[in-house]
Formats: sequence, structure tokens, C-alpha cells
Amino acid sequence: MLIGSLLVASFVIFGALYLAPGSVLATLSGGRALPAASVAVLNQRYHLNAPFFAQYWYWLDNAVHGDLGISITLRENVSTLIGNRIWTTAGLVLYASLIIFVLGIGLGVLAGLRPGKLDTSALVTTAVTAAVPAFVAAIVLLLVFSVKLGWFPALATGTSGASFLTEVKDFTLPAVALALSSLAIVARVTRAAIREEADREHVQTAVSRGIPHRQVIQRHTLRNAAIPITTVFAITVASLIAVSAVVETAFSLNGVGAYLVQAAQSKDIAVVQGISLVLVTAFVVVNLLADLMYAVLDPRVKLGAKAS
Amino acid sequence: MSRLVFANRKTRGDLSVARGGLGVASGKRRFAGGKLGVAGTICAVVVGLAVLAAVAGPFIAPYSPTLPNLQLAWVGPVSGHLLGFDFEGRDVLSRLLAGAQTAMLGPLVVVVLAMAGGALFAVVAAWRRGATDAVISSGMDVLFAFPGILLAVLATTVFGAGLTAAAVALAIAYLPYVARVLRSGALKERNQTYVQALEVQGVSVPRICFGHILPNMSGIIVAQATVLFGYAMVDLAAISFLGLGVQPPAANWGVMISENEPGILQGYPLPALAAGLCVVAVVIAVNVLGERLLEREGQR
Repeated sequence: MLIGSLLVASFVIFGALYLAPGSVLATLSGGRALPAASVAVLNQRYHLNAPFFAQYWYWLDNAVHGDLGISITLRENVSTLIGNRIWTTAGLVLYASLIIFVLGIGLGVLAGLRPGKLDTSALVTTAVTAAVPAFVAAIVLLLVFSVKLGWFPALATGTSGASFLTEVKDFTLPAVALALSSLAIVARVTRAAIREEADREHVQTAVSRGIPHRQVIQRHTLRNAAIPITTVFAITVASLIAVSAVVETAFSLNGVGAYLVQAAQSKDIAVVQGISLVLVTAFVVVNLLADLMYAVLDPRVKLGAKAS
Repeated sequence: MSRLVFANRKTRGDLSVARGGLGVASGKRRFAGGKLGVAGTICAVVVGLAVLAAVAGPFIAPYSPTLPNLQLAWVGPVSGHLLGFDFEGRDVLSRLLAGAQTAMLGPLVVVVLAMAGGALFAVVAAWRRGATDAVISSGMDVLFAFPGILLAVLATTVFGAGLTAAAVALAIAYLPYVARVLRSGALKERNQTYVQALEVQGVSVPRICFGHILPNMSGIIVAQATVLFGYAMVDLAAISFLGLGVQPPAANWGVMISENEPGILQGYPLPALAAGLCVVAVVIAVNVLGERLLEREGQR
């Protein structure tokens, strides 16, 4: 399944070259006029005289070995260009995931366990924030916390070797902008899962047998609710990977997402293909990790079990 | 593995419910009978205004939405110009009205394409079952590996920046999600006795599928389409925000946010905020209405 998804995704990414109007060479050069020597290099690199599937195979083989081609605008290795920026994006996505994990699940559990005012206000707030796209969240956060209050820098200082704390501060607003709508979704699903488990018979039985409230919640409610919560958490974290492009652009961060957008604007196809491949792989791996988590959380789930 | 995928599937379908709606528990039953309530009415009005702006916006815009006048750049609200001027001195209200067209039409195209393709796959899978269903379902699982925005960026690189390439790419990215939800609906219809009766009467298969099964699924189709519209609106606005969708100077809400973003730091936040508010208001309204429709489907 995992390999299948990656193969199909890589095929789509490679096949995009052939879907484009005009010749493959024109697509590779982004419509730029190239000297004959460069054309020869591209011809050789992409094996343009070989059959289509052979070309795909060469391209995939190179990609698996870390060779993602050469940027037509910067004349540099795509892998190197990605490598320089990947930690910005990884840091951003991890920071946002942490925020979602702590605040999203925390808020959902609280609202789920305590019906009443807190629950109602949480429902209304999350309904609104779930609909706020990352780029709108970005401008509002910049306006309030950077321009009006001056708590966070508007632009990341970007100096390498800055202290860890400075970096955390630089990344806080982008991470919150990235996390906001997913946080609301995770909170809502968590609340619904908790509520559903709390109403089930085994929990009521546990309560009526006089098992302490704390134990009932920990062992019977939370444990069972953990599976849908894990699912929604994994899906939202995976979706952050693509949305990071929007947030990095809004905050002028130098990550792979913002670079993907620049490359798309300048029609630097090798870079777009390379970054797409890396991001899709990350997306699939996060989903795989979620599947592994189910087996840990629920002993009934056996990996590789046959379809019922 | 398939158990896991099933668990995944179930929650993925539920995500739409989680995303929108002011679903306060006591309110759910009250609105289910078809009445909208206060929140629902407000949402319907917001959507109605957006549709009106999309249809008539360019004609009712009081000033030119594209003609720059740099002397008026960043000037705040004055009489006759309710929302002031943007970074090139254009009337913000006129630009918002004109921008509604692409902001609303783009998601509509995405939804129509994704629903049509998804419904086709769903009905074929539910009718043939067995191997055909297995091939379609696993094909859809594999397609899930491609996030919508990423596919749209790839498409705009190859075909050139613009709304068409982005909208088609998003429709393809949403297709597996739609097909999955509609497939379970189609399977339910497939097992109904009226389908057997039609088969016995010798009605042709396409006729049963498209003349009877699909119309009976119209409720769930409309509900899903409404929810999907919200997603498509956010993703397409993001693509335009990134400079890969609608191209300036054409007016579009996503474009307006990105071109007026410098104003946030320079102390002129109104143009960017107004465009952002338009996107958020429509998305919330569509989500609430979509959730109501889904609830009604669940109760039938």
C-alpha cells in the first residue's frame, strides 16, 4: 500500500513532464532558450531518447539514490537546495504538530469531560477557527502579536547560530498560523470521541461498580477514544506538510514550501518535482506511522490482517 | 492493514462534520426539520450575498476594480469609499465585489468536477461490486497520497499559473474522498428492493444507475458538495495567495490578501483583512449549512 501510493505519486510527478503542452525539453527548461550544450546535458540526464517507461525508471532510480536533478534557474543540485531548507519546514511542521497535540487534544478532552459553558464556548470557537485558512490566520496574527503588541518578530531573523529560544520565538507565529484550523478540527473530533465513549455501557458499568472517576476516565474513556483521536491527529499533521508552503510564503520563511512556490512561479520543473516527491513521501510516512500507532493502542488490530 | 484503512476511512468521512458548524447539541434536533434557525439564516444570507456579488459584482462595483491611482494608495475609508483604497489606490469595496466572481466560480468548478467523477466511480463500484469495486477502491486509496495544494502547484507549474489548471488539479485530488463517501451511499441503494424490481422488469443498467440510484442519493450528494465547496474555496484562495492562481491585476480575494499583506506591517491592515474576512465568512457559512444537510441525511 505504502509503496503503491509512492509509486503512483512519483509516476504522476514524473508524468507531469509529458502532460505539459509543448516538448519535454521546453518544459524542462521552463520555456527558456538553452545553448546546445545544455540541451545535450538534459537529453542525457533524462534519457530523452529512451522509451517513456525507461525514462521514468531512470528518473526514479536517481531520485531514490538522492539525485533529484538540477535546478534550471540556480544551476545547482536540487537535493542540496532542498537539504538547505528542509529543517525550516520540518521544524515548523513539528512545532505546529506539538501545538495541535497539546492544545487541540487538551481542549477536546476538557470540553468532552465537562459539558456546560466551557463545552459550548469551545464548540462555537472551534467552529469559527476551523474555517480560518492559514494565510488569513497569518495576517491576523502578524497584525495583533507583531504590529500591535510587538511580542513576536514580523520576519524571522534567520541568522544561523541563533539561540534555540530565539528560533522558537521566530517560529511561534508561523507555527500557530499553520496549526490553528487543524487544532480546531482535532479538538472537535476529540470532544466527540470522548463524549461517545463516556456514554457507552462499559463506562457506565465501571461507574456503577464504584471504580474511582479518575481510573474510569483513564482506563475506559481515554483509552478507547484514543483511536479516532490518533486518526484525526495523523491526518491533520500530514495535511500540514502541504499547507506549510502557504505559511512559509506568508511569513517569508526560507523553507522547502516557500521554495516550491518560487520554483513553480519561475517554472523550474526539476525543483518542483523534487520537492513534491519529498513532501508526498513525508505525507505517506506520517500516515504509515498512524497505522502503526493503531496496533499499539488497540491490541485487536493486527498489522497485515486479511480483509474481512 | 485493511482494518486500519477502514478505521481511517470512517474518520476521514467524519472530518467534514468536525470541520464546520456551530453544532451545539441541543440545537441539532430543532433545525433538522428543514428550518434554519438564527445561525442558519445568517449563514444562508452570507452565502446569498456572496452568490449575488459573484453574479453581479463587476456591474454593481461603484469604481473600477483594476485601474490604479497611486496617489490614493493606502488611503483609509472616506465617504463614498467605505473600505478605503488598496496598495495601488483602487477602491477596496469595488475590488471585493469584482473578486467574488473568481473566488466563488473556482470552487464551484472544483465541486462539480469532483462530484461528477466521484459519483460515476461510486455507482460503478457499487453496481459491479467484487473485483471492479476492489480495483476502484484501492485505486482511490492510492490517490489519497496526493495533497490537493501540492497537486495544484504541480499543475500550475506545468500548464502555467491560472485558475483552470488549479481547479482541475484540486478536483482530481478531492475525487477519492468524494468517491469513498458516495460509494457507501450507492451500496446502500444497490441493496434496496426497488433496484431488484427494476432489474426484474428489464430496465437497462445505466438507466437504473443514473435514473434511479443517483437521484435517490441527491440528498447526500448535495450535502457533500456543500462541505466540499468550503474546502475548495480555502485551497483555491491559497493558490491565488501564492501567486499561482488568478493573476493580478485581476481582482480575487486570495490575490487581494497577498498583494495587500505589506500593509499589515505598514499600518494599513484594512484591505488585506477585508478580503480575508470575505473568505472566512463564506467558508463558515457554507460549513454550517453543509453540516445541517449532513445531519439531515444521517437522520433519514
